[in-house]
Parts: sequence; structure tokens; C-alpha cells
Amino acid sequence: MLRYVFRRLLTAIPTLFVIVTTAFFLIRVAPGGPFNQERGLSPEIKANLDAQFGLGDPLWLQYVHYLGNLLRGNFGPSYNMPDFTVGELFAKGLPISVQLGASALILALLLGSVLGTIAALNQNKLADYSVIALATAGSTIPTFVIAPVIQLLFGLTWKLLPIGGWGDGALINKIGPVLTLALPQIAIVARLMRGSMIESLRSHHIRTARALGLSDWSVVVKHALRGAILPIVSFTGPAAAALLTGSVIVETIFSIPGVGRHFVVAALNRDYTLVMGTVVVIALFTIIFNLIVDLMYAVVDPRVRYD
Amino acid sequence: MAASETILSVKDLRVRFRTLDGAVEAVKGINIHVKSGETVAVVGESGSGKSQTMMAAMSLLASNGEASGAVDYRGRNLLALSKSELNKVRGRKISMIFQEPMTSLDPLYSIGNQLIEPIRRHRGLNAAEAREEALKLLRLVQIPDPERRMKSYPHEMSGGQRQRVMIAMALANDPDILIADEPTTALDVTIQAQILMLLAELQRKLGMAIVFITHDLGIVRRFADRVYVMRYGEVVEEGEAEAIFANPQHAYTKMLLAAEPTGTKAPPPPNAPVLLEGRNVEVTFKIGGGFLAGEPLLLRAVDRISIRLKRNQTIGIVGESGSGKSTLGRALLRLLPSDGVIRLGDRDISSADRQAMRPLRRELQLVFQDPFGSLSPRMTIGQVITEGLLVHEPALSGKQRDQRAVEALREVGLDPNARNRYPHEFSGGQRQRIAIARAMILKPKVVVLDEPTSALDRSVQKQIVELLRKLQADHELSYLFISHDLAVVRAMADYIIVMKQGKIVEEGPTEAIFSDPQAAYTQTLMNAAIDVTRFRLSA
Repeated sequence: MLRYVFRRLLTAIPTLFVIVTTAFFLIRVAPGGPFNQERGLSPEIKANLDAQFGLGDPLWLQYVHYLGNLLRGNFGPSYNMPDFTVGELFAKGLPISVQLGASALILALLLGSVLGTIAALNQNKLADYSVIALATAGSTIPTFVIAPVIQLLFGLTWKLLPIGGWGDGALINKIGPVLTLALPQIAIVARLMRGSMIESLRSHHIRTARALGLSDWSVVVKHALRGAILPIVSFTGPAAAALLTGSVIVETIFSIPGVGRHFVVAALNRDYTLVMGTVVVIALFTIIFNLIVDLMYAVVDPRVRYD
Repeated sequence: MAASETILSVKDLRVRFRTLDGAVEAVKGINIHVKSGETVAVVGESGSGKSQTMMAAMSLLASNGEASGAVDYRGRNLLALSKSELNKVRGRKISMIFQEPMTSLDPLYSIGNQLIEPIRRHRGLNAAEAREEALKLLRLVQIPDPERRMKSYPHEMSGGQRQRVMIAMALANDPDILIADEPTTALDVTIQAQILMLLAELQRKLGMAIVFITHDLGIVRRFADRVYVMRYGEVVEEGEAEAIFANPQHAYTKMLLAAEPTGTKAPPPPNAPVLLEGRNVEVTFKIGGGFLAGEPLLLRAVDRISIRLKRNQTIGIVGESGSGKSTLGRALLRLLPSDGVIRLGDRDISSADRQAMRPLRRELQLVFQDPFGSLSPRMTIGQVITEGLLVHEPALSGKQRDQRAVEALREVGLDPNARNRYPHEFSGGQRQRIAIARAMILKPKVVVLDEPTSALDRSVQKQIVELLRKLQADHELSYLFISHDLAVVRAMADYIIVMKQGKIVEEGPTEAIFSDPQAAYTQTLMNAAIDVTRFRLSA
């Protein structure tokens, strides 16, 4: 098992290298640069800035410098927020995004699994149709609609929640954004769970469990659910990587200082280092969570062995 | 047995399934009873309702099924019990084993865990006591090294061992009745015999009644005291097993009894030319290996086998699963890479690539076991059977191809007007005829038949065997007949090769092999399949 983890981490290195290289050159292909703003800097100042950040060097040299810095854990300075390095921006924003994303993910997994299971056990009955309707609504209504509705109802009308802001991480400030993030995920998990649970309930070993006179609880929870959970486990990998690295919509609407905004803003501003930093962070999260998912598989299913 | 009391009686049981095409009645008001300690067989072909009868009795019907009538177990109607009351009977008084040993155990829990659960539930033992019981049960069903096996998972065991574990689970609470639904159908013949012997021995020790649901009359003959013969959801005949075998009354029972394939095949004349020859054919599979994963494991599936197939000859290749018989068939057709020499007529095709093989494919055709998976569901059967003509006789016009389809369908005994219909509209036997027509339309010389009758009911099997023999006689075909079913092989082949673990253990003319098998393994196979002595001689 350890050998497997080691091997996976080893193969992550070339993967990361390819991602970093591709992203580095792709963003440079886009026209403009960090200091080509519309109001226009005087050529002297721009030349100075370019020289300070090495943007005048040939591209390959910039690439080599960037890689060298990255290997030493240095993401470089942000071009558009000169008071911060990219590292500092992530140190500040990432914990916030991870908190929100993780809460939303856990909520979605729990609630989605329960709803999906209830639907599967009542296939083609009222409870099933209700869950399907809810799931369809959850996955079709966009977050930029859900978020303002939550603000309007819970914040303005009922005054139960603050309308926005991080409030230094007070619980009450997290409820709105977590709900908004979780709703579409709940819908996806519920649908996945319903499908795989229906299939699991039809399998031969469930028939065996029933024929042995085991209780409904044991048949459903111990035998059917554990088998049905595998597709959810697979889904959790990419979902975690996406949720934990922040959402630009939720962070913007609820005025939350996470890292989700950086990616979009940085890309628009050609803030090369910040874009690259975000790419590296998302890639790392994806690789790590996919590894965790594969290890989880071996925990849930004894047929999966890595050695 | 006369003194024993009736413990289970199925009265006017009806089973209905709601489907998109309306309600389908699978069981149409049948009456069956079981006395304590006896063995009752419910016999029928697929679709007869024999399994659904027992599923209904155990409340295990699919969610669109419903049962009416009564299933009385010691004075209580099981169909009317609440779920919690029913769960005190299921697995405790009446238990069940199933056809699918590979999937009937939960793959995610250890054998021990799965054995202990019903013991604790029904007898209220603590974990340590239940564990002791479980170990005892594993010993009872003769699983070697039970201590270690408790920790094993189902996928780490063979089909036969899994079925033993299923039996142990079913017997865990000393039931009155054991319902066995085709318990050996998915197993190799030698394993089948072991499982049947085990069941007979356990019945002698524990005294439970056994309800055997099966299509296999061989099992019935060796096992059952009384027999119910079912067809289309009805019991057409019932009675003492010996009486039914000696003097069947109903036409359907007579047909079933006569459905064992009979006859033999004469060998081709000694001067018949050799059409397909393999010399020291070897197929090796690589397992695992890859980037950073070390050396792959090498598995020799076919180990230096030589074979000479003459014109108008049928060589039967016999062996159990994993013996390499199908792999050999595929290697000889150059569908798998192999070492050694393969000759088609006087041409060496050992190293012919796909391109070079294409024109030769016409002479070498293949019919598969699975009549459901081997026909494209999105093509009409006319398209399915004429597809090969597009490759091998591209000059034919659409009309000529259609004419050939008509001839081919007629030849395999199907109505040519059916050629615009799709495979799902046909039964298993009809589909196998379509698959045969697809091979025959090219007028091949050699046909590899890979278990062509194994997925079919006995009565249909017999028809397919007769069809294949007629086609062989008409066209001087050569067959490579791969099968685990000795009765069918005996009727089809004039020469037999017995394979085990990739090697030939014995070969020779069919009658010589059957009358005087030399190798110990062949003898075991024969005894398992042909021997008709009863396992159990009940009073």
C-alpha cells in the first residue's frame, strides 16, 4: 500500500510538470500582459516594471526562472496586487475557501446519500418523485440565482443570516455560502446514490441477505449501502478539488475573501504568477484527492488491492 | 418417508409480474407440498415458473411481482406474515441457496462476517459463540483450513467453495427446509458432483427436506424422492421420481426425458485430407506488470497442443472452465496470438496477420456460446447474417445477398420471412440458429463451435445438435466442438481431446474415451457427468 502511494506521488511529478508548462505558455499566448492597462502607463514606467519582474527576458528564460522559483516553493509576487506575494494571497484565502468547500462537500455527501437512498427504497413512489424533482431543481438552478434568493429571504426578509461578509469566520456567516455551494452537489449525489442503490438492491447478494431473514436495516445499510457508495466515492475526488479551491460566484456574491476569485480576476488581468499559482494549487488538490479516492476504494471494497 | 408429515404446502399459488406490456402470469395456480426430510425436485425449462414459485414462497419476488394463493408452513401462511414474522422463518426454518455462486455472497464482507450474521440474528448468540458455530459450519461443508477462510473474501474463493459457504449459511440455523435453486448449474461437472454429494450427506446428517429447483434431469434422477414437472407456470405431472422416470405420463415429461442428445458420429475415412492443423500451439497471457509495477506474471493458457482436424471430422474439446479449450479454439483461428505452427490446408498461417487472414476467414467460422450477446441488437437478422458476404463476396447485389439470407435461414430451420426482425424478438434457441446461419452463409470448411448449446434448454439443445449434424452431413463440414457437456460431445464428436490446465490429458476416438478412459482426470469427469447411481437411497 505504501509502495503504491509512493508510486502515485512519483507519477504526480511529471503530471504537474506538464500542467505547469502548458499553463505557463498558454497564458503567455493570450494578448497583452500584466502592465498593459487601458489607461496606459508611460513607456518608461512599463519598461521599468518589465525589467523589475523580468518580463523583458526571452520567454524560455522566464520559464526557467519560474520553474526554479517554484521548486523552492516561491510562487513569485502578484503583478496586480504588488503588496502581496502569490504565496501570501493563498495563505490568507485558501483556508477560507477550504472551510466553505469542505463544509459544503460534507453536507452534500450526507444529505445527498440519505435522499438518494430514500428515493431508491421507494422507487416510483411519492418520496422518489420528490427527491428526483428536488435533484432536478438543484442541478438546474444556477448558483448565481440561488445565492441572491438566500440573501433576500434569510438576510433581508427574515433577518436570520447576514447578507454577506466573512465576519472573521463566524458560523452564521458561513451558512449562506455553504448552502449555495452544497445545493447543486446534493442534487448530484442524490441522483448518483439513487441509481447505484437501486442497482445494489437488485443484486444477488441482497437476495441472499433477505433469504437469510436479516433485518431491513442490515440488508439496506450494511449490505446494499456499502456497495452503492462506490460511485459516490469516485465523484468525491474531482468534486472536492473543485469545491475546496473556491467558487468565484459564491465568493463574489457573499463578499468572501477566498481564493476562488483570484483565478478569474488574475486571468483577466494577465497576472501571470497568480494564474500559475492557482493552476498549481488546483492541480495539486486534484491529484491528492484522486489519490485519496483510490485509497478509499481499497478501504470500502476488499477486491481492490494495490501492490 | 410415508410416516412423515407435510410441512410446506403451496396452494393455488399464482405469481404475476406487472410489465410495460401488461401483466404476465408466471405461475398459474399450482399446488406443491413438501414432507419433512424428503427431497422434492421441481423440474422445468427456462420460463416454466419453477424458480418464481419458490421466490414467491420466500417473498423474494422482484418489486413488480405479486403472489396470491397460500404457502403454508406448519400451519402458517407465509404470504400473509408481516415482514418481521417472515424474517423469523426465512433463514431460520426455511433457507435457500442460489444458482449464482459468484454473486450470491456480499463481495465486501469476509466469509466469517457473513456467516456469523444470520447465526447471531436468529439464535441470539454472542460474537464469540457465533464464531465457533461458523467455524463448525465451515468444517461441516468441508472447507479446508476454516480458521483462515473465515477472514477470506468471496473473490478469493472458487465457485465451488463459494457454493459451500452458501450452503453453510443456509444450514446455519438448522432449517426444516432447504430450497436449492439450480445450485450446481454454474459449476463445472466435477464440482457439481462434489456439491451434490455434500448436500446428500448433509441431508442424511441433519434431516432437513430439500426442494431442488433444476432443469437437469440427471440431478433429479440421482437425488429426488418426488418430482413436479412444470411448464408455462403449471405443474403438468407429479409423482414418485422412479415412477416418473420409468413411466412418464405427460407428453412434455416424455419429451424432456427424450431430450438427451443421442446418436454418435462416424469418423471420417482415414484418407480424408487434414484441413486445419496445429503443432505445438502455445498461448501465453501476461498478467499485470507495467510502469513501475514490476515484471508481469506469465500464464500459459494453452501449452504445446497438437491437433489435426480432417474434412468431415468433429473433434470434441472437453474440459472444465480455465482448461484453455476456448483459448485453443481462438488461437487455431488466429484470433489470438500464439506460438507454434498452424496450417490451413497446405498453407502455413502461423504468422499470417489480420490482413492476410481476412480472405481465409471465409473458410474458418466461429459460433459462440452466448446467443444473447453475440448478435448485434441494432441489426436485423438479415443484416446480421449477410454482413460477412459484404467482405467475402462483394460482387453480390443486394438482391442476391437477400436470396442467400433466405436460403441460409431456411437451412437452419427458421422462417425466412423473419429476416427483417431484430435479435431480441427471438428465443435463445432461435438466436443460436441465427448465429449458425451467419457462419453457414459463407460456406465455410471449418467451424469452431464454442459451447454452442450450453446456454440452451435440453430440448432445444437436442434440436441444435441435430441441426449441426445435418449441416455437417450436407456440406462435409469439419467441426471443432468445444464443450464441457459430455453428453452433447458424445453425440457430436468422433474424436475427443480432454484438456486440463492448458494441456491434453487424454485424446482418442469418442467411443474409446467413453468406454475406457485412461487418465484419472477423464475418469473423474465421466463419473461426474454420466454415472446414474443415486447419491441417496431413501426408504
